[in-house]
Formats: sequence, structure tokens, C-alpha cells
Amino acid sequence: MGGVTVTPELLLFGGVAGAAALCAVGVVAFNNAIRSALCLVVNFFLLAFLYFTLNAEMMGITQVVVYTGAIMVLFLFVIMLLNLGGLKLVTEKFDYKRYAGILLGCGLFVVLGSQILPSLATIQARQLSPDLAKFGGPEAIGRTLFTSYVYPFEAVSVLLLVGIVGSILLAKRRL
Amino acid sequence: MAGATLRKAIQVNSNLQMADFIQHLHPALQALIRVVLFVMPSLMLVPGIIWWERRLLSWMQDRIGPNRVGNITFSRTSRFVPSFLQGKKFRLFGLLQPIADGMKLFFKEDITPSAVDKVIYFVAPALALFPAFALGGTIPWGPYGFLTPVADVNIGVLYIMAISSLGVYGIVLAGYASDNKFSLMGGLRSSAQLISYELAMGMSVACIVMATGSLKPSDMVTAQRGALWGLDFAPFTWIENWNILTPYGLVAAIVFGVCMIAETNRPPFDLPEAENELVAGYHTEYSSMKFAVFFMGEYAAMFVYGVILCTLFIGSWHLLPIRFAFMAKQYPAFGDVWNMLDTLNGSSILAPVFVVLKAVAVVTTYIWVRATLPRLRYDQLMSLGWKSLLPLAVANLVVVAIWIVASRVASPIMGLAAVAVSGAILYALYKAINKINVHERPNFASREVLMVDEPPQTREVELVEPAAAAS
Repeated sequence: MGGVTVTPELLLFGGVAGAAALCAVGVVAFNNAIRSALCLVVNFFLLAFLYFTLNAEMMGITQVVVYTGAIMVLFLFVIMLLNLGGLKLVTEKFDYKRYAGILLGCGLFVVLGSQILPSLATIQARQLSPDLAKFGGPEAIGRTLFTSYVYPFEAVSVLLLVGIVGSILLAKRRL
Repeated sequence: MAGATLRKAIQVNSNLQMADFIQHLHPALQALIRVVLFVMPSLMLVPGIIWWERRLLSWMQDRIGPNRVGNITFSRTSRFVPSFLQGKKFRLFGLLQPIADGMKLFFKEDITPSAVDKVIYFVAPALALFPAFALGGTIPWGPYGFLTPVADVNIGVLYIMAISSLGVYGIVLAGYASDNKFSLMGGLRSSAQLISYELAMGMSVACIVMATGSLKPSDMVTAQRGALWGLDFAPFTWIENWNILTPYGLVAAIVFGVCMIAETNRPPFDLPEAENELVAGYHTEYSSMKFAVFFMGEYAAMFVYGVILCTLFIGSWHLLPIRFAFMAKQYPAFGDVWNMLDTLNGSSILAPVFVVLKAVAVVTTYIWVRATLPRLRYDQLMSLGWKSLLPLAVANLVVVAIWIVASRVASPIMGLAAVAVSGAILYALYKAINKINVHERPNFASREVLMVDEPPQTREVELVEPAAAAS
């Protein structure tokens, strides 16, 4: 394993990451819309555990609260309301777009891999200093959000407010 | 002294051998012990809570309820009964009823309808059970740092919110997988309901987070041990600062309590299983053990939410909100008495018992509410969540913020005054908005009705004195 020592943390990370990747494959591989959505739910849930293993606890728990707990429930809600059943099999004719898509996808993987893999090969496992291990805690994130990043933070909150007002305007013309 | 020996006998300190033993185990084993110590009691309390609900409901409805299972009356004349038992009656007050129910459900035929989505249909009950037990992962239930909570993490309260929001999956998936329109309606209702009440619940918990200044439940318990309202003169220093005793904490506790009932799908918010509209809602197609698992999850969640309410608002494992340790220091004349009372009040082996008692009191309130209030209509449910509880919780958040600023900048008394003033202003604002709304909209409570066919005029009866008529 190169210069990386195998620790229980690493094994845990690897297991969770593998399961998350499997779920991500499941999202596109399943024919049933509900199954795909469920795979996405599990994927988001496992992603939170990936954050936990990387000391970013605040990020992980926000992931569960926002994505797994709220957004995916709405996804399921909509899928159920539309009542999408199993996909009817469609025989496709020859389509050059398909091969172009595969080519472009492989190209994207090559580009991403060429950036990530070299740095992965030379990576060194470092022990986090106890000071740095707290970087993902609520105190550190709150302090950063409300000091260095307060303007972007407020801008995002205004953006969300615009979104809410807009959706209400669209849904209820006559208040 | 007798008092001191007794105190030593029941006090659990961290210098005990057991703490030492547990702290030297492998961390994974320690974690396992903590999990078992939380999950097993809450699982074992489920039959007790079911029995308590059935008995209490029957007493409130002037019935008797299940009181027979487990009773044995020995024969007076049979030769097979030993003489000391003859004619004796052995009573259990029906405590075995839930076990009998469980046996019945276990041996019932497990019917799986042919059109269901098999995998999801089997997974859904397990998903409904999981959050109920995972919910208590960050909640301390006693003064033993080595046994509880399961994980004292920095994001404890957020963890509770996250897990409680996962509770919807079991119900939604059960509703979908059953391939039944009633089940589907139940699942849809429950997802809308849970998302709506999650917001108000989060806001009410945020008040306590702001007042405490920490996201750790154990810090919230510690904060509730201070003097009432942060004041430092006589009667207030005797009393603990339980969140429910503060003005904003009381409002937050009420909002949290209502949302808690909605989150566990209990009456009057049991629309997902409203039997007069949806047969049995999301568990219409479930029978036998799978049906029982849904109910186990519901009752376990009731209990665990009770423990959470007790931790956040009503002082966790202290029986009375009185600071006996402080009194012992302040009035050393009766030092031993105060110390004894302090031990009894919270730092003895009785502490977990007090937590369970408080949680059962919360469960009793659940049952009381169920017996008292009729089920809400769907629009009433939504307007209660969005138009009443959410604004109330947000206004409460503003009040807490004002209290924090005023008490940090000036003094705790100024903080309280600020709470009173801001509360009054918000109430006046609410009244003013209400008034505007009332003027704008016609009141449909009483209106004129034009009748097309006038009803026949009733004949006026002439009253005559009997004596005058006779003569």
C-alpha cells in the first residue's frame, strides 16, 4: 500500500467509500425510480459517514439533516405523487450520441484522474495535531462563517430567500 | 454518622472500581456497553408503556381495560393444589397483556400481498425501528461519564434532529411498497407532516442551544444546574435553572412537545393512520410481526423523545430543581442534611430512575393528550405547524437573542426585563396583525342566510289558565 499504513480508520473509510460508490452506481443502474432514489438516500447517508471519518463532523451532520432528511424525502414524495412504475423496455435504434457520451465520459475520467492520481501516489499519512483535528467542529465552522465569510454567507441567505419568495409567487398567484 | 454512611452506600462516584474497569476496556467494547445500556432498557420499557397506555386510556374513558392476563386463581377444592395455595388469588393487573399480544402477533399468519414491492416492503419496518433507538445516541441519562451518553459529540443536538428526520423513511416506504392507495396516502401525509413539524422543532431546540451556548446535550444538562435566571440573590440561587422554568424555555418546551407528538405520529396528529379515512394508513397491508415492529418503533420513539425532552428542558436526572449542594455551602449549619438531599436528588444510583420517571411522565402526557383531543383535520394540522408553531418558535428565538445580549451587556435582571418587554412587543405585534386580518376578511362564523322557501309560520299557542277554561 505504498507509504500509507493500514489503520482501522483507513479500513472504515475504505469500506464506507466503497459502499457509497456502489450506491452511486445503483442510482443510475436501477430501472425503478424509487430504487434509484433510495440508492441516492443511502449514498448521501454514507457520504455523511465519510465526512465523519475525515473529522468534518459538522459537514457530515448537515449532510444528513439537509440532504438525507429533507431533500430526499421531497424527492420520494414527488416520485410517489407521479407514481412512476417500473420502466417499460424500449428497444433503441443505433444512436451515435451514445458512443459520443461514452467517449466524453471516459475523457472526463482521464482528466480528473490525471489531476488526482499523481498526488494520491505520493501521499503521506499524517497524524493530525489536536488543534487541527477540531477544524470540522461547529465552533470552527461558525467562527469562520461569521468572520471571514460573512458577506458570502449573507448573500447566500438572501439568495435562498429570493428562491422561497419566487416559489411562493409561482405557486400562489392569488394570495 | 449514619447519614454519611448511607450517602456513601448509594453514591456512585467515578472512583468506583466499575468505572476503572470499564475505562480500561477496548474503546469498541466500551461503546458496545454504552449502546446496550441505552437500547436494552428502552426496548424493555416498550411493553410496559403499551400496558400503561391501554390501562390509562381505559380509566380516562371509564372502562376497565386489560386487567386479566397473568391473574391466577387457585382452586379451593382441587387435590392437585398445595394447601397453602388453595383459594389464593395471584394478581398481575394485566401486566402480561403486551406479551400475550406479542405472542399472538408472532404466531399469526404473515400475509404478504402479491403486488407489493418485495424488498422495500420487508425493509420498511426495520427502517421505522432504527431511528427510535438511534435517537438517544447523544443523550446522557445519569451522572456517569463512563457509561453515558453513547457518544458525547460536539454536534449532539444536530444528531438528534438528523436522526428524527430519518424517521419518515420507514413510513413513506411502507406506504409506497404496499401498492395500496390508502397506504400511499398515509405515507404522503406523514412525509408532509414530518417535514413541517421538523422546522418548528429545530427552532425550539435552537433557542436552548443559544441559551446554553453549546450543541452538546451534556453541556445543556450542566447549564441547567446554575442559579435560576442567572440571578445571584437569595431565593433564586436556591433553584436550578431548568429551561422549562425560564420564560423562553417554557415556550420552547411547549413547541417542542407539540412537534414531538407530531413527529411520532401520535394522536391528535395521527393522520398517516387515520382509520376513518385511510383504513389503517401506511400499515394497512402489514400483518403479524411486521405490524408489531411498526408499533414497537412508535412506542420506543415516544419514550426516547420523552428522555430528550427531559434532558433539554426539565433538568435531566435531578428530581427537584433545588440546588442542595449550593445550600450546603451557603448554610453549613445543616450541611449534612443538604448533602444527603443532594445525593438523593441527583448523584445517587437513583439518577437513571428519575430520568425514566420523567420520561414516563412525558409519555403519560402523550396518552392524556390522546384521550382528550380529537384528531386534527389535515389543513388544521398544516396551519398549526406553519402558522402557529413556526412563528412562535422564531419569535422565541428573537427573544432569546435579546435576552443573551441584555444579560451579557447589562445584568441578568436587565435580561429578564428585556425578555418581558420584547415578549410584550411581539404579542402586541401579533394582535395588531390579527386585527388587520380580521378587518380584511369577512367572518364566516355567522352570516345571513337567505332562504328560498320560507318555512311556514308557526302558530302561536294561546295559553289559558285551566281553571278559567273549565268555568
